[in-house]
Amino acid sequence: MVSKVKKINDIVIEVATENGSGSQSANNILMRSIFYMGIPVSGKNLFPSNIQGLPTWFSIRVNEEGWVARKDEVDIMVCMNEKSVVDDLKKLSVGDTLIIEDSLKSLINRDDINIIIVPFEEMVKEICPNARLRRMVVNLLYVGVIAHFIGIDEKTIVQAIQKQFSKKPEAAKLNTDAVKFGLEWAVKNIKPSELYQLNTVNKTAGKMLVEGNEAVALGLFYGGANVVAWYPITPSSSTMESLIRYLKKYKKSADGKNEFCVVQAEDELAAFGVVTGASWAGARGVTATSGPGTSLMAEGAGLAYFAEIPAVIVDVQRMGPSTGLPTRTNQGDILACYYLSHGDTKHVLLIPGTPEECYEFGFEVMNLAQELQTVIFLMSDLDLGMNNWMCDPFKPITKEISKGKLLSKEQLETNKGFKRYADVDGDGIPYRTLPGVESDYAAYFTRGTGHREDATYTESSVDWLKNIDRLKRKHDTARKMVPESIFIGTGKQRRAIVAYGSSDPAVMEALFILSKTHGLEFDYMRIRALPTTEKTNEFIKNHEVVCFVEQNRDGQMIAIIRSEKPEDALKIKPILHYDGMSISASAIVKQILKAEGR
Amino acid sequence: MITVGKTNRIGKPIDDYKGGASTLCKGCGHDSITSSIIKACYELGIDSHHLVKLSGIGCSSKTPAYFLKYSHGFNSLHGRMPTIATGVGMANRKLKTIGVSGDGDTASIGMGHFVHLIRRNIPMVYIVENNGVYGLTKGQFSATADDGSFLKTGEINHQPPIDLCALAIQLGCQFVARSFSGDPKQLVPMLEAAMAHDGMALIDITSPCITFNDHEGSTKSNKYTREHRQPLHDLDFIPYYDETLADYKDGEKFSLKMSDGSVLKLLKLDKDYDPTNKLAALSLLSDMEGSNTIVTGIIFKGEGKKTFQAAENMIEKPLSDLSINEIKPGTQALLDFNSGHQ
Repeated sequence: MVSKVKKINDIVIEVATENGSGSQSANNILMRSIFYMGIPVSGKNLFPSNIQGLPTWFSIRVNEEGWVARKDEVDIMVCMNEKSVVDDLKKLSVGDTLIIEDSLKSLINRDDINIIIVPFEEMVKEICPNARLRRMVVNLLYVGVIAHFIGIDEKTIVQAIQKQFSKKPEAAKLNTDAVKFGLEWAVKNIKPSELYQLNTVNKTAGKMLVEGNEAVALGLFYGGANVVAWYPITPSSSTMESLIRYLKKYKKSADGKNEFCVVQAEDELAAFGVVTGASWAGARGVTATSGPGTSLMAEGAGLAYFAEIPAVIVDVQRMGPSTGLPTRTNQGDILACYYLSHGDTKHVLLIPGTPEECYEFGFEVMNLAQELQTVIFLMSDLDLGMNNWMCDPFKPITKEISKGKLLSKEQLETNKGFKRYADVDGDGIPYRTLPGVESDYAAYFTRGTGHREDATYTESSVDWLKNIDRLKRKHDTARKMVPESIFIGTGKQRRAIVAYGSSDPAVMEALFILSKTHGLEFDYMRIRALPTTEKTNEFIKNHEVVCFVEQNRDGQMIAIIRSEKPEDALKIKPILHYDGMSISASAIVKQILKAEGR
Repeated sequence: MITVGKTNRIGKPIDDYKGGASTLCKGCGHDSITSSIIKACYELGIDSHHLVKLSGIGCSSKTPAYFLKYSHGFNSLHGRMPTIATGVGMANRKLKTIGVSGDGDTASIGMGHFVHLIRRNIPMVYIVENNGVYGLTKGQFSATADDGSFLKTGEINHQPPIDLCALAIQLGCQFVARSFSGDPKQLVPMLEAAMAHDGMALIDITSPCITFNDHEGSTKSNKYTREHRQPLHDLDFIPYYDETLADYKDGEKFSLKMSDGSVLKLLKLDKDYDPTNKLAALSLLSDMEGSNTIVTGIIFKGEGKKTFQAAENMIEKPLSDLSINEIKPGTQALLDFNSGHQ
């Protein structure tokens, strides 16, 4: 056997199971018990668009240095699913370890790997008398075997199980017994790994494991979202489900009534229409969807833009076009959402890259929609939204909830009227009134057709230009209001990397590898919003070579930058990743080295 | 302020209920409906500040600009008005809502939203100005055009019409009526009753398109409708604040009590039609299928169905009236979130 370098607190474990078998819970316990050992960890759930019976994988990366982006290489492969064994075996390099269910051993076609055959199916019969539960409980057995093999502290496993089943003591006991049973089998039958070992450190103390969707939901909640209209779609559903859960728990009046309203709409067109109607009438409306949903919302987005109605769309991006790969990640909606609808539209997009930003931007997007009186997109993706990310506890938001430029009865009476679409303050943002304000000066007529400053109908070219150019000014105002990009590095390098969203951990790791292994230094900018800020534009202008990392085929952010800053077009080098898997550092490093001619 | 001339119970002249000048074709049925809406709102003494007028796209959907100038209006997207109305109802349950739609807007592009609006029972008056054609795109058939009717061009429609009233009753709408734009005597009290109904009220109004569907051979023309309509009853609306209401005895036959206490009397019945009987209503409409007769009047009036806001256990106070302090969540959710994820 080829000798490999011993790795402490640096392992990638992949578990192959069948979806609908309950393995997700076992995998979370495995990941969390490592997290409780104080070692940074991440988990990527690669699931099929199916409820039961198709192959699914869970990839856990453990790395003491904190590099937890997805890694292409696997160190330990756990094979529980006959259907995927042959392909799973190909993922292992010489000397890696395979843990496999006994009945699948005839499928092993390699002798250059370390093989551990475990009679999981036989063992589960012993530990779990209830035949129906065995499919689920069997997964806990591999947790026990892995625990012994790489040295996961038994105490932290129990702690993780308690966390997972805090409200189900019976399930907690069954799970604990099963893990211990697996562990005992391993103690008797296999030796701990000489290559991979985990040692307790103190690098996760006080940290959380969070899915982006629930973080976005918490942000929206604190942003005062009180009308929720949605249509279920993977991978966004848990955003709305989490928000609804928070509202139901924390937004009841003293007499038990809802201080909010939720509607599961008949389709995404309706969901967005409801949000538009609610926000027009003075509530704070939000919807969440994915690419196919935003496509259906396109006409409505144009109306909200042109009639200037606050609205929030959370787009948790997945692979398209069409149904595409509905359970795989992608950043393919950037271009579509930036210009969503027909005619001269251009929207504001907030693009979080961490769970903290999901939370903060969730708040921010609710306010910005009101302040800018337009539709605003919060662009997440499946990787950020549905996988577990390590982060610090969220801090209370100190900013106040804003209702934007809203005129009261008193203001209307003092001013003796108002013009709905007049640029009073020179920032392109007009004032508005809500139905129900008891003043004869309050009413105006909202329409998607051409309108004058006083909202009356017009087809005049002069009026049209005045209005559409003001909307452009408003877009420029947004440039100053959106979250600033994050800048890392000295700012003095010739070369730079630009990325956004969930690419961040992979880019950070790639920067480290490029510097340490290849002697290449880069400045790094992570864009967090469109339109681009002044500093963002400056950064691109000030670098000779700008490598744009995107998770889509055609470089959608590049297209926007090239169109808005054509003078910088030629210095941009696309670094693109679009196979549906979360982006890895090596994918970035490889392409950058190629671009550098190495 | 000195008010000259006649005013209603809240001291407003009828002019206050008018809107901008209509840009529809001269003689359009929709303009007659607009006049009836103005009259009904004036007579009821509606507070314009607490009413919104919504529409989709089409000739009918232009009309909210022509009435209630002191009310907020929203001429939205083709077929999507029900979604806007749902959102408005969620944001501010105290507002009265008048939605104006057409047969293309409702029976074709917006059908999905229309049926879900009924299912949710969003309180509003939903008016369909039904002329059997797409007026604004110059006269194509709509989904309510009768089988065998033909266009000015001679083109014959071979598809059966969708009966919006039958559909609405089947879906549980509690106030379903049919009228004719040229019959303000029936339409005004009908609109008044619809506005007194706490839930969705559908009024399907034959409203002839003077330009594209008023010719010989059209089953939605003025002439045809006048000749073939058969009112089920004459209507007399007694609002809740009217003194004559004292004479009304609860349970009186052929009187419909509205949610706000107003009463709609059904007079001069030709036949013994009971609009509170859902099966009788569906049976009546079924009998009319393919016939030349257009029954008008209150087709169905049920009760007991919760409004969307009640079913959803919403607070009485409009969400739009919540102060920033009321909207702002406390810190507990954050504390729970943080501890739950560590």
